[in-house]
Amino acid sequence: MSEDESPPLDLRPEPPCSSSSAVDSTPNKSRNCISSSTASQTFPDHVLENVLENVLQFLDSRCDRNAASLVCKLWWKVEALTRSEVFIGNCYALSPARLTQRFKRVKSLVLKGKPRFADFNLMPPDWGANFAPWVSTMAKAYPWLEKVDLKRIFVTDDDLALVAESFPGFKELILVCCEGFGTSGIAIVANKCRKLKVLDLIESEVTDDEVDWISCFPEDVTCLESLAFDCVEAPINFKALEGLVGRSPFLKKLRLNRFVSLEELHRLLLGAPQLTSLGTGSFSHDNEAHHQSEQEPDYAAAFLACKSVVCLSGFRELMPEYLPAIFPVCANLTSLNFSYANISPDMFKPIIHKCHKLQVFWALDSICDEGLQAVAATCKELRELRIFPFDPREDSEGPVSELGLQAISEGCRKLESILYFCQRMTNAAVIAMSENCPELTVFRLCIMGRHRPDHVTGKPMDEGFGAIVKNCKKLTRLAVSGLLTDQAFRYMGEYGKLIRTLSVAFAGDSDMALRHVLEGCPRLQKLEIRDSPFGDVALRSGMHRYYNMRFVWMSACSLSKGCCKDVARAMPNLVVEVIGSDDDDDNRDYVETLYMYRSLDGPRKDAPKFPLLREKAPCISDRSCSEVEQAWVCLQYQRRYSSLEPLRGGTGGVKAISNYGLVLEGMRRAKARGFSDVSH
Amino acid sequence: MNLKETELSLGLPGGAQAVETPTKSSVGNKRGFSETVDLKFSLHSNKQGPVEEKILLKDPAKPPTKAQVVGWPPVRNYRKNVMAQPKSSEGEEASSGGGGGGIVGFVKVSMDGAPYLRKVDLKMYKSYKDLSDALTKMLSSFTMGSYGAQGMINFMNESKVMDLLNSSEYVPSYEDKDGDWMLVGDVPWPMFIESCKRLRIMKGSEAIGLAPRAMEKCKNRS
Repeated sequence: MSEDESPPLDLRPEPPCSSSSAVDSTPNKSRNCISSSTASQTFPDHVLENVLENVLQFLDSRCDRNAASLVCKLWWKVEALTRSEVFIGNCYALSPARLTQRFKRVKSLVLKGKPRFADFNLMPPDWGANFAPWVSTMAKAYPWLEKVDLKRIFVTDDDLALVAESFPGFKELILVCCEGFGTSGIAIVANKCRKLKVLDLIESEVTDDEVDWISCFPEDVTCLESLAFDCVEAPINFKALEGLVGRSPFLKKLRLNRFVSLEELHRLLLGAPQLTSLGTGSFSHDNEAHHQSEQEPDYAAAFLACKSVVCLSGFRELMPEYLPAIFPVCANLTSLNFSYANISPDMFKPIIHKCHKLQVFWALDSICDEGLQAVAATCKELRELRIFPFDPREDSEGPVSELGLQAISEGCRKLESILYFCQRMTNAAVIAMSENCPELTVFRLCIMGRHRPDHVTGKPMDEGFGAIVKNCKKLTRLAVSGLLTDQAFRYMGEYGKLIRTLSVAFAGDSDMALRHVLEGCPRLQKLEIRDSPFGDVALRSGMHRYYNMRFVWMSACSLSKGCCKDVARAMPNLVVEVIGSDDDDDNRDYVETLYMYRSLDGPRKDAPKFPLLREKAPCISDRSCSEVEQAWVCLQYQRRYSSLEPLRGGTGGVKAISNYGLVLEGMRRAKARGFSDVSH
Repeated sequence: MNLKETELSLGLPGGAQAVETPTKSSVGNKRGFSETVDLKFSLHSNKQGPVEEKILLKDPAKPPTKAQVVGWPPVRNYRKNVMAQPKSSEGEEASSGGGGGGIVGFVKVSMDGAPYLRKVDLKMYKSYKDLSDALTKMLSSFTMGSYGAQGMINFMNESKVMDLLNSSEYVPSYEDKDGDWMLVGDVPWPMFIESCKRLRIMKGSEAIGLAPRAMEKCKNRS
């Protein structure tokens, strides 16, 4: 579930290529290409080289393929034929048909749907992000498909049935934060996908269809390597599970749900000592277990036998007296997730003191500052820390504070990613973290009480977050909270040059805050803002950026419909969704939620039908969108350049690109619609 | 039918007490989805309703401190539900859709002997024929060989119901609002979709017990 690192070119799918190969090889290849391709024979070499240099210097390593595809028509074609994994960061950025038209041999799809704020009830439940059109298109186009990885997508049982029926070689199904399906859909996948290696259901809502889906796996030896069903809120047939694990020799990752008891876990462990990643299920006894009279199983021995376990999670209904059973595996653990277990510091400390190799640690704030101090003392290799609130209310007590943060910063110098919920914080502790942990790429601090200042000095949290953006030079993701003035955003705009994801809530004083960010953060991709006083002026100030971003979310801000319409009109390839605003006269111009994103295929056709979207809104409900011309410019090229300094030599560079296949098509279409020329 | 009552809007559940505020910041003014998705929040904010609305107006930077706001703190529903005590989490599971009820409007379709259920949204179909076609298509995809398409016949045809009862073919039955199991095809379609809670495709021989009720209802209608 780590945040993806895709660079700005999100419409172009990205595979994991190393950076060196493309940069070294392109100059040679481009020369070869010129000689063989008739279309580019008229090109002076130096123009191509010049453009290539300009484009390449702004691309990250993962963009190698995208870069290669832009070299010339032949390169584009060859790259499209050979790309096997496609990443789509926003399912509405393009249509399924476009995907299958361009890429012909896709084996793996990673698709993301709703924006993150949908997790917090800020979006209508049937807003969209349906898997159906994708699966039906791919069923015809990619019969060899092997992997589907979905996040925040609405998947139905029928979709899963279609997957199971259409892709005989299907190997991996990963559903993260998805919903819309139930155990019957899972049963079909289990039953029909004979080559299934990975079935990971992670933090998804799975309805209980009263189906024994574990029994639906085929009877013979399976290919299963990973089976994660900890989010499935339904009892399972343990005997069938035991049998399944027994005939799955390649199984390395097993995440049980809370309907698996400690005794059952014990039996499974004895039969599967090769596991590397274990979700323990409930970690408690059934009520009717007769463990008082009979001898208790030796749980510690079972764990001792699991020498390979490096990743431990679960503990859904923890009985703390049994926690010492995991002592034998602690020394090997690199990842420990206690975030569903209400553990006190006294129970926690003996365990953490054994976890010297720990790199990833998730827990509830019930471990208190004391527990965090213990983590700091022991876990010198810690890379990622997440502390969740046991009581997620604004006015809860909050057992962790700046003390815990300070301790972690002093003890865990290699820290790269932190998510920290608390009720009290100080600038000093945040500044300390910025100075002690230079490797930070993700800093998400959630002070749960809105608008809370530094509780010692009473000042806003500006200096703390300012220090983070200033000192953490690798920072790519930032979430802010507490009392923040425009100054904090000034810092972000000035120093946050690598920030890709920014989450803002209840912060800032004026439009200037947002302007600082929009004008100052060139790598910004995902911007999510709620309940902050940013209005039309700020929105307009970012128009030069929106094509370079995956999405912008602004809810309960100070935007007007008129401005949103203006933006939509000015930016034809931006889909502007105005969600949830009233038809009421008094509030006619007020925008409750703005969600906008670039799209190659215009507004979507599957928006919810009831009157949450205004009739006249310049987006989904206006189906013809005739006033929003679909002038298609080479988006990739435009994106590269609109965030840079103006090219020397004016538009000469644009014309040089114009013979590339991608732009030819764009020009043809634009000219068919009456545009005389295509420029940016 | 009172469509106004079923109309989706952004008012608080009480309806009338929602105050429209002209100001930009809507801290505390959050409505709508919280009612449908997160019962915990809606109960709380309902009580605070009028108080919130008044306070938020003037100063967006200083919201009321006691009112709970939708989606804040930003902890996923999934996590919130899991943290609730398992035994008492029935209500929250239902509200998050994680329980048995699941998606609004869908009914479960089970078939005797088949390993798993399907779900259908009855509102998507206009007649028994539509439903029959859809079910045949859906259920014929089960891997069990003996339940292939040949095993399914056009059982939704009202006139054929009585013929089927004497055969070993499959018969669709449904559980209505009162918890009774009835034969499908009995009542007019609109009434059927209102009252059907669950569908079960059973063997004809087992459906004999349902016949008398069906006959009685037919008699009452005619």
